[in-house]
Amino acid sequence: MSKAMIRPADVQMIPLSFTLNGRLQELAVEPHELLLDVVRDRLGLTGVKRSCDVEVCGACTLLVDGRPVSACTTLAFEVRGRSLMTIEGLADNGKLHPLQEAFIEHGGFQCGFCTPGMILAAKALLDENPNPTEEELKHFMHGNICRCTGYKKIIESIMAAARLMREGRA
Amino acid sequence: MLRRFRLEEPESVMEVSELLGRFGESAKVYAGGTELLLAMKEGLVQYERLINVKNVKGLNEVAPDNGTIRIGALCTHHQLETSPVVKQKLAALARLEQNVANVRVRQVGTLGGNLCFAEPHADPGILLLALGANLVAERTSSKREISAEAFFVDAYETCLEADEVLTEIRVPVPEGKSGVAYLKFGYLERPSVGVAVALRADGGGKSIQDVKIAVGCAGPAPKRVLEAEELIKNRGVDEAKANLLKAGEVAAHAAQAISDLHGSQEYKEHIVGVLLKRAFQNALSQ
Repeated sequence: MSKAMIRPADVQMIPLSFTLNGRLQELAVEPHELLLDVVRDRLGLTGVKRSCDVEVCGACTLLVDGRPVSACTTLAFEVRGRSLMTIEGLADNGKLHPLQEAFIEHGGFQCGFCTPGMILAAKALLDENPNPTEEELKHFMHGNICRCTGYKKIIESIMAAARLMREGRA
Repeated sequence: MLRRFRLEEPESVMEVSELLGRFGESAKVYAGGTELLLAMKEGLVQYERLINVKNVKGLNEVAPDNGTIRIGALCTHHQLETSPVVKQKLAALARLEQNVANVRVRQVGTLGGNLCFAEPHADPGILLLALGANLVAERTSSKREISAEAFFVDAYETCLEADEVLTEIRVPVPEGKSGVAYLKFGYLERPSVGVAVALRADGGGKSIQDVKIAVGCAGPAPKRVLEAEELIKNRGVDEAKANLLKAGEVAAHAAQAISDLHGSQEYKEHIVGVLLKRAFQNALSQ
């Protein structure tokens, strides 16, 4: 048996208790399980996408305690005791978040593959900085890649959402 | 896909060192994981055990201490780009951290992890060399301070012993009329070339009293370039400026640039010279 092999009896399960989109979630994971796989395959939340798989493109962006992480390269046990938000948890009882409204209103997506990550990253930005300049927005969002829109509409959408949120209209 | 491994979760530096001593090369310290997990997913490295050090208390603080800023090895890039102390006392480091990778990597990636992983195309080590930083390494039997220069040995290789744990980065606060600049250039996710200049001018800004120059990304490990410093140090500003071209050539050679996806050797050497000139002017204008 090679040194790196672990017998089934040695399988290590880590019990997790965390908040998933505002609700308590409990499950056990192995140390090597990736957050992206657990969320998509075990929790059935498929808004989060696997794309580059190397923390570059942002399609797998999730919010842990309100901050963006790359789920493709995050060990699932890291959400232990923390709060995890996926795109499915953003709308409030069926009422879309201002960012979601703005992306629809301003045509902030085409194929939609990058959109869950874009919107969650933008939420993290606006929670930290409700009134970003366009430069600040571009700096924060430069790690989220869209291959359709050319970004202009995405930037317009986020700036529009920021205005809506500041004015308390949403 | 990651292969199965076991997770150890020690709560003290001594426990971490003890585990590293016990499991040797089959175990690896895991902090932010932003670089380690990528290499493991690709199957480039494989470990039976990861030692999660994030439960060790006291390693994620930034504190001024008698002319030095002490940075816990577990401080994340995000923490350092937003730290009021770092922004005020080590503005060049705060700017560098603000531009490491992307917002998600900065959120979980740690400074200590970045240094220990010693990926050649990494920013922080280069600036820390120019700032004259020391790194604190601890193990069950000893504790020592290592200069940033001595820390980096080769690509993915540091001078840490198998059971040593990097716990702290000590960065002297630049004194007097000083300027510090780190500039990088690249067209892929990681930089092709990074250059740092830290200088101190006399009161009137007429001469350069001291300068430290470091280059990296182009070759296997960040390097301080004493020979280039000699061309600048203890010279009038005009003479120093006139020597920049030569200093750039010296630094380019010292960088040990290699041809790869990030650019040809000649290209990187040229960029070293360009960035050195700009970093010098930037530092001088502060």
